[in-house]
Amino acid sequence: MANHHLTTPFGEDDMRRLKVRDVVHFDGTLFGIRDLTQIYMFDQNHEPPVSLSGMPCIHTAPSLKKIGDKWEIICVGTTTSGRMERFSPPLIRNYGVRAIIGKGGLYDGSLAAMKECGAVYLAIVGGAAALETQQIEEVEAVYWEHLHPEALYKFRVKDFGPLTVAMDTHGNNLYADVRAEAQRRLPSIYENLGVN
Amino acid sequence: MFDYKIVEEAGKELYIRALCDLPPDVRKALQQARDRESNPTAKEVFGAMLRTVEIADAKGTLVCQDTGLPIYKVKIGSRHHWDGAAIQKSLREGAKRATQEFPFRGSSTHPFTRLNPQNSVGDGLPVFYVDFEESSADLVIVMMPKGSGSENMSTMKMFIPADGVSALKKFVVDSVIAAGSNPCPPGIIGVGMGGTADLVMRLAKEALMRPVGQRNPDPEVRKMEEDLEEAINATGIGPMGLGGDVSTLAVHIETGFTHITQNPVAVNTQCWPARRAKATITPDGRVEYGY
Repeated sequence: MANHHLTTPFGEDDMRRLKVRDVVHFDGTLFGIRDLTQIYMFDQNHEPPVSLSGMPCIHTAPSLKKIGDKWEIICVGTTTSGRMERFSPPLIRNYGVRAIIGKGGLYDGSLAAMKECGAVYLAIVGGAAALETQQIEEVEAVYWEHLHPEALYKFRVKDFGPLTVAMDTHGNNLYADVRAEAQRRLPSIYENLGVN
Repeated sequence: MFDYKIVEEAGKELYIRALCDLPPDVRKALQQARDRESNPTAKEVFGAMLRTVEIADAKGTLVCQDTGLPIYKVKIGSRHHWDGAAIQKSLREGAKRATQEFPFRGSSTHPFTRLNPQNSVGDGLPVFYVDFEESSADLVIVMMPKGSGSENMSTMKMFIPADGVSALKKFVVDSVIAAGSNPCPPGIIGVGMGGTADLVMRLAKEALMRPVGQRNPDPEVRKMEEDLEEAINATGIGPMGLGGDVSTLAVHIETGFTHITQNPVAVNTQCWPARRAKATITPDGRVEYGY
């Protein structure tokens, strides 16, 4: 369980060095995306107006307030990633995204794309929005504003984390390991409970 | 004449308090969980959770961005003539004002058009539970915002008597394992046993309104809470599903009588920021807040 402090953009080698259970903090750029952002990109064929190459993307729908041209942050937290599985392989393969940040994890299709392209899934602590919000210094841009709160957001972050490497480039998926271990323990759990 | 603006104000205040100020029993349970956790990843996760609670205190901000759907449970004291319709209307207005005046993201949405009025209410919302108390004149309101990560993992099944209690216990464990990392564990596992299809889920939901670890007074039910808690922690799911010794803060079970042909069970989980707030309103208009 190594600790890493990274700066964006992330290189392929940076990602291939990470292993499940490692802890990551980083500085730099973070893009915010969600269900609708990716439906708009992939199902309705809109090209992102900004390069996502080498960047981390977080699954979020931020609470922001627009004052003049400036977006002020009220609260930014993380949503469940599972709903975004279908979009994640093309996000990695076609747009060079190096890290997907969320809660709950992704599945085999994403894991294969991560191995192939050199990308990882970083688990944030869900529900910890107060901490996350404090680590976001500024909303640098909101693209596709009509989709807000599910637009494409560019945040500048400082010491963003702790993030646990939960899916790595070596084909490891911590969530799958935890699920498999739970299944292995299940017969004795049933027995102790008197379940027949 | 009682001024129901007081109830409206309490409805607003309760929603905001619940979102920003975690109850002391939840904080204590999280601290104890961190202390007894042996998995280093899990310890780190608990540390981040506790830091979040501190930041929300210091800044008066939301613990979690998912402000959920509002649920109000009112207990109406019989020794004063309370106007039920006025209470419901006032709480609805309070939930709306909390959303727009704080302001935070409203999540209530039309099921077909997906239209979001950005005010946390709509047809059927806030969820409104009513109960009565013969020995009191007060109006007691418990407010619980329910986030979607945990609510989306709700399960219910109508077993048959031949399946026995064993099927209910297995269903609870299987539901928690299937939910895995998604409901932001370790939360409270609310379980309903008995009743009708709707009552069993309501029992599971109301079980979440108890302070963490407050046991069911029935010794048999209490034993089942303890056994299921041990079973769920033995799964190793851990905080945020990343593995660990603590997979639930507590199992709370509520039971109700059911039909001779029925054997229903429901599981309704609350996430680790198990948010709730309480207000006691007296007939002369005094409001006392708690958890």
